[in-house]
Amino acid sequence: MTASTMNVDPSAIAMSNADAVGTGRVKIHSKDVKVFYGAKQALKGIYLDIFEHSVTALIGPSGCGKSTYLRCLNRMNDTIDICRVEGLIELDGEDIYGRTIDTVQLRARVGMVFQKPNPFPKSIYDNIAYGPRIHGIGARRDEMDVIVEKSLQRAGLWDEVRDRLKEPGTGLSGGQQQRLCIARAIAVSPEVILMDEPCSALDPIATAHIEELIDELRENYTIVIVTHNMQQAARVSQRTAFFHLGDMVEVNDTEEIFTNPKDERTQGYITGRYG
Amino acid sequence: MTDIAQDLPGTVAKRRTPSRYQSDEFKARLKARYNAERRFQVYGALAIATAAAMLVILLFSICSKGYLAFWQTEIKLEITFDPAVLDPSGERDPNGLRRANYQGLINSALYEAFPEVSGRRDRRNLRALISSGGRFQLADMVVANPDLIGTTQEVWFLASDDIDQFAKGTLPCGVTHEERMAGIPCTVPEDSRPINDRNIGWYDQLYANGQVDFAFNSVLFTKGNSREPELAGMWGAIVGSFYTLVITLALAVPIGVAAAVYLEEFAPKNAWTDLIEININNLAAVPSIVFGLLGLAVFLNFFGLPRSAPLVGGIVLALMTLPTVIIATRAALKAVPPSIREAALGVGASPYQVILHHVLPLAAPGILTGTIIGMAQALGETAPLLMVGMVAFIVDIPQGITDAATVMPVQIYMWSDLPERAFVERTSAAIMVLLGFLILMNGLAVYLRKKFERRW
Ligand SMILES: Nc1ncnc2c1ncn2[C@@H]1O[C@H](COP(=O)(O)OP(=O)(O)OP(=O)(O)O)[C@@H](O)[C@H]1O
Ligand SMILES: [Mg+2]
Repeated sequence: MTASTMNVDPSAIAMSNADAVGTGRVKIHSKDVKVFYGAKQALKGIYLDIFEHSVTALIGPSGCGKSTYLRCLNRMNDTIDICRVEGLIELDGEDIYGRTIDTVQLRARVGMVFQKPNPFPKSIYDNIAYGPRIHGIGARRDEMDVIVEKSLQRAGLWDEVRDRLKEPGTGLSGGQQQRLCIARAIAVSPEVILMDEPCSALDPIATAHIEELIDELRENYTIVIVTHNMQQAARVSQRTAFFHLGDMVEVNDTEEIFTNPKDERTQGYITGRYG
Repeated sequence: MTDIAQDLPGTVAKRRTPSRYQSDEFKARLKARYNAERRFQVYGALAIATAAAMLVILLFSICSKGYLAFWQTEIKLEITFDPAVLDPSGERDPNGLRRANYQGLINSALYEAFPEVSGRRDRRNLRALISSGGRFQLADMVVANPDLIGTTQEVWFLASDDIDQFAKGTLPCGVTHEERMAGIPCTVPEDSRPINDRNIGWYDQLYANGQVDFAFNSVLFTKGNSREPELAGMWGAIVGSFYTLVITLALAVPIGVAAAVYLEEFAPKNAWTDLIEININNLAAVPSIVFGLLGLAVFLNFFGLPRSAPLVGGIVLALMTLPTVIIATRAALKAVPPSIREAALGVGASPYQVILHHVLPLAAPGILTGTIIGMAQALGETAPLLMVGMVAFIVDIPQGITDAATVMPVQIYMWSDLPERAFVERTSAAIMVLLGFLILMNGLAVYLRKKFERRW
C-alpha cells in the first residue's frame, strides 16, 4: 500500500462526488463495497455514485476490479460460489443486497452487456424477444414485433438484419452480435445498462457505431461502461472512475480526469506510464 | 538445407558462425526427436491394427457361422386333407379341427412318397425328416380355412434340424450331392454322423424331385423359444428386451437427468454433495451382477414383484444405467458455456428459466447420446437379469411388463449352451441381431450428436 489510503476516506470521496458536475440525481450509490473471492480480496471498499442519464466510465489496469464492481451492481457475482460482497449498494435508495430485493427483478432493472458477445443460439428475433417474453411484455405477436424492431433499430442493427430475423443470432459477425446483445439488453427496458468492455472484440467502425449508440442511449438509460480504451472513455462518458488494485482511486468529470487528474496514479495510468 | 546462410537477394548479412541450433549436435538431437515421434506413431498404428484385426476376426467368426441361420431348409409334401381323419362328424368345429391327427396326414404323405420304406425303425426315421412343428402348421391352415378338407395340397414343411444342417453342409457326409448321385459313397463313417445313409438317400431323392428348398427363416424373427432348433425364434427375447428397455428408459432418464440437474445447477458445493458425487462415480464401476443381487433381494424378495418380469429387469438395469446417465448429463450441462447462462441471467431470467430455456436444450444432445449409450449397455447386459430370473425357458411372446420374459443376451447365453448343431448357428445369428440393434443405437447416438453439434 502506498500513501493513498486517503482514497478510502468516505468524506473525501463524497466530496469528489459532489464536486462533479454530474447533472441529475444519483441512481446508484455504493458505500464501502468490498468483494472477496474466497480469501482473496478483489475490492477494498469502493465509494462511488453513478448519476442518472449519464455515462460513467470505469478505467484502470487489468485485474484492478472493474468487472468485479460492475458485476456487483446487478448481483451477477451471486453466480460465483466463492464470491462474497460486503458494503452497501443502493439503486434508487434501495439496498440491492437487502433481504427484500429479488435478483430477477433487479436484473430486469439493471441490464448487462458482456465483454464477449454472447447471443443465445436462437434466432435473431428470439434473442431480442426472450427478455420481454419472460417478463410478460409483448404478449401479442404484433406488440412483440414492435419491440424487436425498435430494439434492433436503437442498436443500429435493424437495417442489416431486417430480412433475416429467423436466422440464428450466432451467425452474425462479432460486431453485429455485440449490437444484438445491446438490443437484447434494451428490449427489456432496463433503467441501468452495465457494459463490460463492449468493444474489446470489435473493429474501429463497429466500435464507433456502438459509441454513438451509447451516447444516444444516455437519454433514456443510465450507463456504466468498463473500458481499456482511454479515448473511448473520453469520447462517450461524462464521468470517469479510475480503479487501481481494488481501490477506486479517483472519480470526476471525464474532462477533469483526463486533463487534470488529482492522483498521481491516475495521471500515470492515463499518460501510459503503467497499466 | 546444406548451406546455412545463403546469399539470397535481400538478405542483410551472412551469418558467420552457425548458431547452436545449427550445430551437428542439435541436428542429431532433432533427428532423435523425429525418430521418437515416428516410433510413437508406429506403436499407435499397431495398436489400432491389433484392435481392428480382433474385431474383424470376431465379426467374421460370428457372421460366418450365423448367416446360415437366416435360411431354413423346407420340404414339400403332397398332403391329402382326409375328412375321415380331420372331421369325421362333419361339424367343422374349430376346437375339434385343432385337435385332429395332423401328424397322421404328414406320415401318410411321407409313406406315400417313399412306399418302399417299411419297418418301424425306418418309418420312424422317415417321419423325422419333417419338423415336429409340421402338425401345428397344418392345424393352423385348416382352422383358418376349413374348405381345405377333402382337397390335396402341396405344403412346404420345415425340415427337422438334422436334415437342415445336412442340407446346409454343416453336418456333411464327406461327398457332395452330385457325387452321391453318381454313386460315390459317403466318406464319413455312418456311426459318427447324426443322419444315416438311408436318411441321406431320402433327402437326395426329395432334392432330385424338387421337393427341397431354402427359404428365409422367418421363424427366427416371429416365434418364441423352443427346444426344437428349427422352431426356435428370438422374437420373444426381442420383445422382452424391448419391454425391459422401456422400463429402464422410463426410470433412468427422468431420475438421472433430474439428479444431474440438481447436483450441477442447484446443489450447494459441500461435503455432502462431494460424497454423493464420489458415490455416483463409484456406482458406475460396480459390477453389474451386484445390481442383480440387489434386485433379487429388494424387488423380488422384499417387494414381491414377479420373477422373470421385464418390470424387475428394467428396474435393475435402470439402477445400473443411472450413473451413466447422470455422469453424461452432468458433462453435457458443464459443457454449456457460462456466457449463455450469464446472458440469460442478465436479461432477468430466473435460475429455473435459465436451465429450462437455455441450458437443458443446449445440453440435450449430450444427454441424449449419453442415454442411448447407457441403453445400449443395458441392452447387452446379462448378469443382473440372471439374478432376477429372466433366464427362464419361455415359449410365449411376453404381452406386458409383468409377463415372464427373457432378453436377447440371455437368450444367446441359453442357446449357446444347447448341444444341437443347429443352435450353434442360431446363437451366432442371435448375436448378429443383437449387434445389429447395438450398431443401430450407437449410430443413432452419433447421428444425433452430429445433428445437434453445438451451435454457439
Ligand atoms: N471468479 C473469480 N474467482 C477468483 N478470483 C477472481 C474471479 N474473478 C476475478 N477475480 C480476481 O479479482 C480481481 C479483479 O478481477 P476483475 O475481473 O474485476 O478485474 P478487471 O479490472 O475487470 O480486469 P480486466 O481489465 O483484465 O478485465 C483479480 O485479481 C482477479 O484475479
Ligand atoms: Mg474485466
